[in-house]
Amino acid sequence: MADIQIDELDLGTSRSLWATAWLRLRKNKAAMVSLGVLIIYVLIGIFGPMMTPYGHDQTFRDFTREPASLERYPRVDEIVPAAERVVTRSRLQAEEIVLDGDTITITATSRREMDERVTRYIDRSDIFSNTRILEMSDDNLRVTMQADVNRYLFIFGTDTNGRDQLARLAIAIRISLLVGAAATVVALAIGVLYGAIAGFIGGMTDNIMMRIVDILYSLPFIFFVILLVVFFGNNVFLMFIAIGAIEWLDMARIVRGQTLSLRRREFVSAAEAMGVRPISIVKRHIIPNTLGPVIVYTTLMVPKVILLESFLSFLGLGVQNPLTSLGLMISEGSRDIQGTPYLLIYPALALTILLFALNFLGDGLRDALDPKDR
Amino acid sequence: MTETILDLKDITVSFDTPDGTVEAVRGVNMQVHQGETVAIVGESGSGKSQAMMAAMGLLADNGTATGSAMYRGTELIGLPLARINKIRGAKITMIFQEPMTSLDPLYTIGQQICEPLQVHGKLSRARAKARALELLELVQIPNAAERVKAYPHELSGGQRQRVMIAMALANDPDLLIADEPTTALDVTIQADILGLLADLQKRLGMSILFITHDLGIVDAFADRVYVMRHGQVVEEGPTDQIFNAPSEDYTKLLLAAEPEGEKAPVPDTAPEVLTADDVVVTFGSGGGFLGGKRREVKAVKHVSLSLHKGQTLGIVGESGSGKSTLGRAILQLLPATGRVVFSGHDISGLTPHQMRAYRRDLQMVFQDPYGSLSPRMTVGEIITEGLLVHEPGISGKERDQRAMDALRAVDLDPNVRRRFPHEFSGGQRQRIAIARAVILRPTVMVLDEPTSALDRSVQKQIIALLRDIQQELDLSYIFISHDLSVVRAMSDTVMVMKDGDVVEQGPTQTIFDNPRSDYTRHLMRAAFDLKSVLREHIELTG
Repeated sequence: MADIQIDELDLGTSRSLWATAWLRLRKNKAAMVSLGVLIIYVLIGIFGPMMTPYGHDQTFRDFTREPASLERYPRVDEIVPAAERVVTRSRLQAEEIVLDGDTITITATSRREMDERVTRYIDRSDIFSNTRILEMSDDNLRVTMQADVNRYLFIFGTDTNGRDQLARLAIAIRISLLVGAAATVVALAIGVLYGAIAGFIGGMTDNIMMRIVDILYSLPFIFFVILLVVFFGNNVFLMFIAIGAIEWLDMARIVRGQTLSLRRREFVSAAEAMGVRPISIVKRHIIPNTLGPVIVYTTLMVPKVILLESFLSFLGLGVQNPLTSLGLMISEGSRDIQGTPYLLIYPALALTILLFALNFLGDGLRDALDPKDR
Repeated sequence: MTETILDLKDITVSFDTPDGTVEAVRGVNMQVHQGETVAIVGESGSGKSQAMMAAMGLLADNGTATGSAMYRGTELIGLPLARINKIRGAKITMIFQEPMTSLDPLYTIGQQICEPLQVHGKLSRARAKARALELLELVQIPNAAERVKAYPHELSGGQRQRVMIAMALANDPDLLIADEPTTALDVTIQADILGLLADLQKRLGMSILFITHDLGIVDAFADRVYVMRHGQVVEEGPTDQIFNAPSEDYTKLLLAAEPEGEKAPVPDTAPEVLTADDVVVTFGSGGGFLGGKRREVKAVKHVSLSLHKGQTLGIVGESGSGKSTLGRAILQLLPATGRVVFSGHDISGLTPHQMRAYRRDLQMVFQDPYGSLSPRMTVGEIITEGLLVHEPGISGKERDQRAMDALRAVDLDPNVRRRFPHEFSGGQRQRIAIARAVILRPTVMVLDEPTSALDRSVQKQIIALLRDIQQELDLSYIFISHDLSVVRAMSDTVMVMKDGDVVEQGPTQTIFDNPRSDYTRHLMRAAFDLKSVLREHIELTG
């Protein structure tokens, strides 16, 4: 009978709850794809604006509202007409325009005398640069100039101001992610601490603390933001604070609820019976055990914050030009859906994919960290 | 030979988990005949419930079952849901352990009993109502005509289980599967419910398949027994044979798992370490900000006790008797009135801050080995947390050494201290909880149902461990339990509590052999002589 062991200990591999959760998350394809997408977004947010060929605030007056295309602008057959327009605008008469690869040779006449400054008229266009005079007639009424042709790639098109949509999209992703992350961190820090303390102390303190939350909840958000904007002017950091200051309320409620149920768990009683100080109990027992739901809620809060920022920017209370965010781009794009649909489609697509990825990851994390499983 | 109602052949159940496939049931064969009571006995994790769940198509999503489960010639495994529903809930019904959660809190019990009658039995609403009333009377719910309109929260645990039984009986089942139906109930109520089941079986002639870990019930209740371990049937046979002449080692071990031994009383000269005088604990509800009139319930009413060095005071009572509340009140974890003196110091009403000095001497071990260890901390961190409070000066290395010593003291490998609680079984977790208390070298330990959540065989080991530690460290215990056999094995003095009052108090031997009060006698019979209680019950009603 002695050979029957009832309570044997399996000394196999040890695995923490986090490791188990990661294992489960890895099996969730949607969540893993979302994680990959998010990493790409973050990389775009960090490095994208440095790598786009044109700055987000650089305007090309010759190329406003160009549709998205993989072809370079101007197209080959547009160069000569463009040159004609430039020449005409310079009050010259084009005699002959010859395009040869990336250089163009223009022969033009004028009724008035010209000098070398005539090249500046040509250079003023975004298409031509480095214009030089090959030959000037003796009476200065006829000139032959040669100019380099610049051809630009706007794969996402340009907006009404002639700004490259790709560059703007990159900076918009940076701003939106930044707002999402910063506001969430603010909300997380305040909310977790506030909720854990209220829930742990309980009684009158809890009552007062949560009534304060209720009062803050009842403040109309837009009104609050408008007040802030009126007092402090319009800037991005203000928005982090405004959004974070609203979002922590939800977090505090969630953490408080968690804490209330944890408070009744025996390991908290055990710590109390051992004489552990309340602040240490909150630190060692309450907060680590609320982390599961908190992380899940955080991943769901980031898209919420990004949407909120989009909404504020849409109303003109958020990010200001030339800086831009996904919400602002959508707002601008939606002004002329029929004429320039590509101004709406790309930022909207970028936002949708980002929100999908965050939500799928949040759901995956919720399943992976589900406390009922253990 | 009577007809075979349920015939399981080579059932296997496996679950897909992140750690690979877990085989819960490995090739089980079982038969249930017309009108017989079959018990499946096994400890937790033996697969005893899963085998039945597989037959009923009730496995969790990640589970798969193979084999054959024939109900009167119909193969149940792989049957489409629509057809299995015709059998499940009508011809084969189940009752579960938790009567609290098996009933929907939003509907009256009348509505809940009527539902299967209307769905399976195709009864009209009026007929279903009449039948519901009849069923409630059948399961002996007092005042059934009134109770039909009651909501689940208005009923006691035992009454809820009766309602569950009534629902299970609604469509005249052939087979009632009872999965630990009395585990959550007090012993006296358990005896009532078992008596009711035995009585119903006699009258209605159905078969009962009883899944339990408690051999006491099996002995009193079942005709035939299957003993399961690690997903396999270890032994089967008629109850008498299994109990009197078990052939397998494992069965013998289970039978011998009843806690044994007793503790010699301490000499009268032993110094008093802890006394409590006239302790009253009152719980209030309502009142406050916008609440109505404040209601108060006295959970502990004027209880006094004294504990000597090396003594174990057993506090016995059913749920709601105030025994745990008393334990916590003594340790000043709950606001209470009355005087508590610990080795000459009055500790009643001290603030948490003042109390901290005494905490290391007054330790507590809790009931739930799953809930009492923080899941995010390693075992080492859990055990040494008390040292951070009470010996803040010692180095990390020394703490580690102390953790290893404490783990050795509770017979665990010291290398486990870097692991997390979820990797341990219930018994091992309870050892960790004991190590956490012992590491501080306390004087008094309050043990609040430390063995209730454990299998019998593990229980026995924990009791032995607690006894050893007591001797080694000269500890005094306050041992709170509803389990009379465990209390008998552990304590030298016993206090019986009921509704916050002390019913009886005295040396263990006296209380168990010559109980004076009716309540104690009643309790003893329900716990130790279930067989005669059941026989009496059937004779009384039959």
